[in-house]
Amino acid sequence: MGTRASRASSNPDVTGLTAHGCRDLLAGGEVSAVELTRAYLDRIGAVDGEVRSYLLVDEAGALAAAAAVDAKPRSQRLPWEGVPIGLKDIFCVKGMETTCASRILKGYIPPYDATVIAKLRAAGLVFLGKLNMDEFAMGSSTENSAFQITRNPWDLNRVPGGSSGGSAACVAATEAPWALGTDTGGSIRQPASLCGVVGLKPTYGAVSRYGLVAFASSLDQIGPITRDVKDAAALLDLIAGRDPRDSTSIGLPEPVGFPERSSLEGVRFGVIKEFVGDACEAGVRDVFDGAVDAIGALGGVCEEVSLPSVERGIAAYYLIAPSEASSNLARFDGVRYGHRHSHSEDLYEMYTRTRSEGFGSEVKRRIMIGTYALSAGYYDAYYAQAQRTRTLIIQDFARAFDHFDFLISPTSPTVAFKIGERTADPLAMYVSDLCTIPVNLAALPGISIPGGFSAGMPVGVQIIGPHFSERGMLGAAHALEKKLRVDVVPPLAEVAG
Amino acid sequence: MSNSPVTGTTGSSEWEAVIGLEIHVQLNTRTKMFCGCRVTFGEPPNTHVCPVCLGHPGVLPVTNEKAVEYAARIALALDCRIADRTIFHRKNYFYPDLPKAYQISQYDLPLGIGGHLDVELEDGAVMRVGITRVHMEEDAGKLIHAGGASGRIDGADYSLVDFNRGGTPLVEIVSEPDITTPDQARAFLTQLRSLVEQLAVSDVNMEEGSLRCDANVSVRHPGEPFGTKTELKNMNSFRFLHRGLEAEIERQIASLEAGERIVQETVHFDPATGMVSSLRSKEEAHDYRYFPEPDLTPIELDEAYVERVRGDLPELPAARKERLADQYSLPPKDAALLAENKPLGDYFEAVAAATGDARVSANWVLGDFSAFLNTAGIEVGASPVGAAALAEMLGLVADGTLSGKMAKEVFEVMTTTGKSAMEIVAEKGMGQISDAGELDAIVARIVSANPGPAEEFRYGRDRVLGFFVGQVMKETRGQANPQMVNDLLRKHLGAHGE
Repeated sequence: MGTRASRASSNPDVTGLTAHGCRDLLAGGEVSAVELTRAYLDRIGAVDGEVRSYLLVDEAGALAAAAAVDAKPRSQRLPWEGVPIGLKDIFCVKGMETTCASRILKGYIPPYDATVIAKLRAAGLVFLGKLNMDEFAMGSSTENSAFQITRNPWDLNRVPGGSSGGSAACVAATEAPWALGTDTGGSIRQPASLCGVVGLKPTYGAVSRYGLVAFASSLDQIGPITRDVKDAAALLDLIAGRDPRDSTSIGLPEPVGFPERSSLEGVRFGVIKEFVGDACEAGVRDVFDGAVDAIGALGGVCEEVSLPSVERGIAAYYLIAPSEASSNLARFDGVRYGHRHSHSEDLYEMYTRTRSEGFGSEVKRRIMIGTYALSAGYYDAYYAQAQRTRTLIIQDFARAFDHFDFLISPTSPTVAFKIGERTADPLAMYVSDLCTIPVNLAALPGISIPGGFSAGMPVGVQIIGPHFSERGMLGAAHALEKKLRVDVVPPLAEVAG
Repeated sequence: MSNSPVTGTTGSSEWEAVIGLEIHVQLNTRTKMFCGCRVTFGEPPNTHVCPVCLGHPGVLPVTNEKAVEYAARIALALDCRIADRTIFHRKNYFYPDLPKAYQISQYDLPLGIGGHLDVELEDGAVMRVGITRVHMEEDAGKLIHAGGASGRIDGADYSLVDFNRGGTPLVEIVSEPDITTPDQARAFLTQLRSLVEQLAVSDVNMEEGSLRCDANVSVRHPGEPFGTKTELKNMNSFRFLHRGLEAEIERQIASLEAGERIVQETVHFDPATGMVSSLRSKEEAHDYRYFPEPDLTPIELDEAYVERVRGDLPELPAARKERLADQYSLPPKDAALLAENKPLGDYFEAVAAATGDARVSANWVLGDFSAFLNTAGIEVGASPVGAAALAEMLGLVADGTLSGKMAKEVFEVMTTTGKSAMEIVAEKGMGQISDAGELDAIVARIVSANPGPAEEFRYGRDRVLGFFVGQVMKETRGQANPQMVNDLLRKHLGAHGE
């Protein structure tokens, strides 16, 4: 890596480094927190011109935080103090611009920290900056960002997935050891799958949503995007917990800890019939079949299971999520913060022009769908009907978990697609989340781990567990991850170097 | 205006108004409905705000438990059933005083359902008004429009928003359309206000906006189906409620008699002109798109909770009225007046307990004391004359120290100086001379100084007694106890001759 070589020689090589790896380097005194942070800043400087995962790099803030860690005696430090992290630009961070990749929030500086941010701050993590995303988390490719296109580190002509595409691309390109994302219909798992990293969506209620700019309140959940399962477990433990500021938060029944596991003896896996076969492209199917074989080799049992209602998941989701979004995004009205059209004749012109200028087309599309679905005379046919469908999906999953410990499927029906390939066809884009959306509707935990490659592009395998089964689910994921041994460092490292 | 239905000015057929009221009660909890900001009134703008009540991105509401308890108190006092499971809905509309662009309110699963309030009317009759529902919601901020003639946002040069009030807990009480006259409406609201005041959950001050009333009004010929209703807003006093209803009923009757149709709309009462005007504009074209608030979990109040709240309810006006009439043998009218105004009722009971004379206490509390409060324009709590002070003064009347007339004088001095009756009597030498020894000496002296008239009395000229009374009163500057003077004179005049 030429860029790095030109800098201070003490900076470590962070390529492929996990958060646990960072922690070990710091604990052993091999590097200082400033050196580690500087190494990631250098890495960002070297590759982000191509990947474009960061919307904001807070170099000064990160170095100051790292210096504060270095000033403390090592014996007084918390376990993760000094380890850097990247943040999806959907979390309110006090004093740090938070835009949700939308023009309407350009320049918005939150006056408070999201609960997850406060927890990470208290744990001593170093915030490198804010990561790109689809505007207000609406999208599956990060192409809906108002500011920039993020590229897949495995093929710069392809999308990283979305909406947490910046977070997944950043971790894949090792521009941060790990990152925080959010998942409303697959927005952590799908980009993790497409970028060849691990993405965990916890059970709804495991992590506080306070300070997460809401897209669809009944579906949104915060989770880790990491290089391996062990890191995902550690980051989940850092952010999970009941929060008095979020009435829907419950926390986890027990810390996940380190979910070391090497055998799956006697563990029953249900293969969701509706998500395999014709629903997937062949290359994805092949990788997935390999994962099924690996489970068998570890002593686990895989059987097909049918969840008929999940096929209606996309339809239900595209009524429920936009309905909630139409209400959640109504506060962006130009009155108190964010963009305001400045030359309006009256209040309604101010509202109309502010919102017309501030929102991108996908956000407008969903606000319109949601407004329509909640309107008098249509509510029962659309919103209420979608909620009934949601109940059927919940029941289908509950029945499946009577017979199986976990359910598995491909995370995404396809590998990363080309930039621009699906932007003209919203429905084709929506199908990207076929396998992930029902998990959100049922409030279940799900994880995507790298399963292998199809034509050089990563393919993710999704494991779904019962509510609050994170500990067991991460254990199973860890066993499978070890068996599959997927090389998770993209060739970008050499390109950039 | 009487309690009889409003009669049309022309035509032979009678009109009847159908009125349902929607009352908003601002709760006096320490903090707001969904955040930790203090509930305040009259503080500098935007000094009691936080990211939650300003609707910043990412914030979430957390329900104020005290507000739920207060709302349950109101619902139970109105004999509502408390729902086993109640949820919040979002009511979506854009307005600059509504930071999230939705109000967290309740919709089809309100906290309280199906209650009633028995309202005593002017003529003593009691009318039962049904309570459809009692629900919880949050208040909006306050807009101040600068420039422009209308005082409304249309045409203003600019508008300012104060979010101090935003997020204050509100309880909305919706009545059945059981009311047919402005008088009934006023009686209902007056008694509802007094009920809520006794629950100690709100300041219920219409001028300050902690009690607000909107009305749904329609007219019909008695016995016919309901007519088209309008929603009448902006009546921020009992007088305006009455006048607004009168004006709107008259307007509707006049329209119908002119062959026009009533349009379902919101109308606005203008206290300055006494007229109602339509608010028909795009700011009023709503579809609120209610849907369940996904950021809050359902509230399930179990029986134990409901019974605890019910058990903690204070004595309510209807029950108190009966008890006061019973316990103190008060006329129903007096008992009603004292029951309606909790502080006044409490004051009365304190005075009655101290004096042991309920009748005299009630006369004073409802008479001179109430008159003083009205004139001074103050509440019971702000009176310089406390219950103990009034009782002390009434004690001086009872033991003969003060005459009824002197008591009124002393009371007036008490209200202006805050001094006790004892102090005033001592300072001004106002006490009636009831000291038997002192009076005895005076009477003896006057009788001996006037042997002529004394002689006449003894010969049977009783009228001379008046002369002696006059002399004693002159000597004592009118402060001698008249009964004692009489008795002593007869004793001395009689004794002299024997």
